Amino acid sequence: MSLSDDLYRDIILEHHRNPHNYGLLDPADVNAEGVNPLCGDECAITLNMHEGRIVEIGVNPRGCAISRASTSMMTDAVKGKSLEEARVAIEQFKHMMLGPGSASDLPQEMEDVEALEGVKVLPARIKCAVLSWDTLLEAMKDAEALSR
Amino acid sequence: MNVQAVRNDFPILDRLFDGRPLIYLDSAATSQKPRAVVSALVEYYENYNANVHRAVYQIGEEATQAYEGTRGKVARFIGTEDTGEVIFTRNTTESINLVAQTWGRANLRDGDEILLTPMEHHSNLIPWQMIAAEKGAKLRFLELNADGTLDLSGLETLLTPRTKLLAFTQMSNVLGTILPTRDLADAAHAVGAVVLVDAAQSAPHMAINVADLGADFLAFSSHKMLGPTGVGVLWGKRALLEAMPPFLGGGDMIRQVWLDRATWNALPWKFEAGTPNIGDVVGFGAALDYLQALGMDEVRRHEVEITAYAMEVLSRIEGLIIYGPTDPQARGGLVSFNMEDVHPHDLATLLDRDHICVRAGHHCCQPLMRLLEVSATARASFYIYNTPEEVDALAASLLRAREVFSRVAV
Repeated sequence: MSLSDDLYRDIILEHHRNPHNYGLLDPADVNAEGVNPLCGDECAITLNMHEGRIVEIGVNPRGCAISRASTSMMTDAVKGKSLEEARVAIEQFKHMMLGPGSASDLPQEMEDVEALEGVKVLPARIKCAVLSWDTLLEAMKDAEALSR
Repeated sequence: MNVQAVRNDFPILDRLFDGRPLIYLDSAATSQKPRAVVSALVEYYENYNANVHRAVYQIGEEATQAYEGTRGKVARFIGTEDTGEVIFTRNTTESINLVAQTWGRANLRDGDEILLTPMEHHSNLIPWQMIAAEKGAKLRFLELNADGTLDLSGLETLLTPRTKLLAFTQMSNVLGTILPTRDLADAAHAVGAVVLVDAAQSAPHMAINVADLGADFLAFSSHKMLGPTGVGVLWGKRALLEAMPPFLGGGDMIRQVWLDRATWNALPWKFEAGTPNIGDVVGFGAALDYLQALGMDEVRRHEVEITAYAMEVLSRIEGLIIYGPTDPQARGGLVSFNMEDVHPHDLATLLDRDHICVRAGHHCCQPLMRLLEVSATARASFYIYNTPEEVDALAASLLRAREVFSRVAV
């Protein structure tokens, strides 16, 4: 185990220490909560929408460094995007984490997310990284219903 | 106890990972298996594999003898002479569910109470939630002291004639706390309640005598005490078991069957429907032989020693919080802890780099996690094959984990 760690890279620890878009929005158009029953990790997400876009996102991730960092990176990846664009970002993330994709397939604007690729070799920890992205999907379903 | 000699009996400890040995500190989840247990499984499948209780041919007789032989070993292990009181299940969870679904369904009424502790494993909580909801019974809970022991002062008010059952773990899988089983059982019996003891954590690590415990039901698992997975034990007092309806219906649990009704087999087979897990029960017999040869008092002595050492070493690590009683004599062979600033999952992943296996999570004790005001803990648990050197390796690895996390300022 060396100090510069393949998994716990600086960028992951930085997001973990100071998650972006931290704190739940109040009022919020949409609230969603995700729980990982295996380990007790929790992720709360709030969204404010305007004309089909995620104009504000606020999160309160409680869990390990992987899950907190992933949540933080997720907020950066989808803030300002339309639901359709956010869906593409989620797919790109999952293609890397759960599918055959690799970090090099990610668009430039998601470069921080590349750091999570190291989690792929740890099947038991993949769920930590995916939790917030799945929770966002749930939130987006509610957001869609709102706009109808 | 000669720990080196014990280690030589466990093939998995010879496996190297990048040239380094495994440091297995998760025996509270499941223990490793000695060669004798694996051999007994192979011996059964290669030499006398047959179904039990019905075959008249030789290998069927041999299989029945080995299967029932383990029952006798279990009876001796827990200090009963009545093998009819020893029922094989799949695991501790199934043993407790058996009691909840048969004794519970037959005896619980609207307004009755079930008394539990907040440190129960989900397996000794959910079955009672389920049957209580069905019967209109209420769950009540004793409280914990700050040091992780049970607050016995609540017994007086919480044990009433409405209390039909007191169920508790003999040894907490998170705090390590050993409960005063006899005192609890006596207090419960004084109000006419039945007592179930979850011995999943205690049976592997200390001598158990059901008469001394004062329990009415005792549940534990083979796989935490050197035996194979898939075998649990429910011990119960004969009078209670006789009065209980069967659990699952099917073959082997019947005496006579008509198209519209049936009568039940004698104990213990009344509660063992279908072909049992013969091979693993045979393997469990070898595990019990192994433990008896070591002597359970020796096992306990070794674990108190290594737990005391672990608590001493870990308490020197700054920012590390240890949960549960501080006296190693008052606890089982496990230490749950949290390191400031590093989530237990991250700790476990970093320890795994050094091939150190610890558990991280809620340990199937979500209500207890809430009481401790944490979402999870890390847990190192010990057994007969663990050494002080392994504890040192754990401490060194924990320090390295903290360094990894301290790279980036808060």
